[in-house]
Amino acid sequence: MTHPQLLVHDRDDNVGVVVVEGLTAGTDMLCVVTADNSDFRLTVTDDVPIGHKVALGDLSEGDTVIKYGADIGRMVGPAAKGSHVHTHNLKTKRW
Amino acid sequence: MGNSDQKIQAWRRENGRVGVRNHVIILPVDDISNAACEAVANNVKGTMALPHAYGRLQFGADLDLHFRTMIGTGANPNVAAVIVIGIEPDWTQVIVDGIAETGKPVTGFSIEQKGDFETIRQASWKAKEYVHWATELQKESCDLSELWVSTKCGESDTTTGLSSCPTVGNMYDKLLPHGLTGVFGETSEITGAEHICAKRAATPEAAEKFMKTFQAYQDEVIEAHKTSDLSDSQPTKGNILGGLTTIEEKALGNLEKIGRTSRYIDVLEPAEAPAMGPGLYYMDTSSAAAECVTLMAAAGYVIHTFPTGQGNVVGNPIVPVIKISGNPRTLRTMGEHIDVDVTGVLTREQTIDQAGDALIDMIRRTANGRHTAAEALGHREFVMTKLYRSA
Repeated sequence: MTHPQLLVHDRDDNVGVVVVEGLTAGTDMLCVVTADNSDFRLTVTDDVPIGHKVALGDLSEGDTVIKYGADIGRMVGPAAKGSHVHTHNLKTKRW
Repeated sequence: MGNSDQKIQAWRRENGRVGVRNHVIILPVDDISNAACEAVANNVKGTMALPHAYGRLQFGADLDLHFRTMIGTGANPNVAAVIVIGIEPDWTQVIVDGIAETGKPVTGFSIEQKGDFETIRQASWKAKEYVHWATELQKESCDLSELWVSTKCGESDTTTGLSSCPTVGNMYDKLLPHGLTGVFGETSEITGAEHICAKRAATPEAAEKFMKTFQAYQDEVIEAHKTSDLSDSQPTKGNILGGLTTIEEKALGNLEKIGRTSRYIDVLEPAEAPAMGPGLYYMDTSSAAAECVTLMAAAGYVIHTFPTGQGNVVGNPIVPVIKISGNPRTLRTMGEHIDVDVTGVLTREQTIDQAGDALIDMIRRTANGRHTAAEALGHREFVMTKLYRSA
């Protein structure tokens, strides 16, 4: 059985979570949406550590990031599809 | 659910509550009585001292919380009998009287006009008597659903929201309808998902009480004490290393611990015992692991379920803390701390339903006597919550 490299909580999400160690740029990832077990493929463009997020589409500064089908903050820098999303380009709307 | 009506072998206490451990504890009223308590615990094997940092010149709501935590810890059904030692007799007696309401054996000693030597001598005789008595108490058959099971996660990362937190949520969804009593909390970690948490209340009254508690925390704690913002504390540095970026993201993962169908019926003060019968409760707690687990133990919870991502190692002196993790790196690098491995959820080899059943089985085994990883490794973090500085 092939293990997914990326899990996505909800179909509305625009980021997914890397669930394997040592993922390198250029990997063609198997991505699974946990809500309905559907899958798709996406090529990751950065080396992304386990637990970290990847953009499922092109994200621009000011965009709202959706995970669990809910608002988790806003982009403060761009992230192209397949690239790393974390503290360098995503920030809370709370503080 | 076949695993929801299981029986466990446990101790039924004088007040009818079910305990899964049989501790005789030596409880200091205050910081300066720690040494005497530790000496008694050293004299009498099978007892345990619970040293802590506070108990002098506290006042108002902070003193109320101190007494509630002390009394609640002694009253917990995992405790068979209690020796209380304080510097002076009055506050010592307040705690003894509170614990005595459960009907369990409790005796207080005070150090003033007597000194450590004489106090230790007298308390050691009583502690030895309690150990002989407690070790002859027999377990009896009890329902798994009679347990009070708390939850709080720690060193969270994105894998907790995907695997270990929904595992706890699945357990609650299955056991609460059978009469389990549960609790979750961590007020600062609800930030960003408070509107979702409010919707998970069973009644409009509980939702209103939750929002009032949440707003009071924002106004009286965060706004009153912050120097810049909470970015350096929430998410923590460990959370960020694990891939969590914002407090909203952390809060949504945290809420996975109450599953899909569970609803909380009331909102508790820190260390307040639930009073509305079986069901799920929300408790106003810090998100710091040892403080939160100590408060939930003082409210009467007897087993704690603790999802962790990056690997929090916390334990509690009187309550077994069951660790659940789905992070394969954590299982590889610090597997000695983990009781329930749910890495299969991330590889899609295990469903949340199966992971929930595995946790229920570990709760049953723990109730029957299996020592948790935290117990085996000697983690006994007993940390009082202090509301403000002493007089």
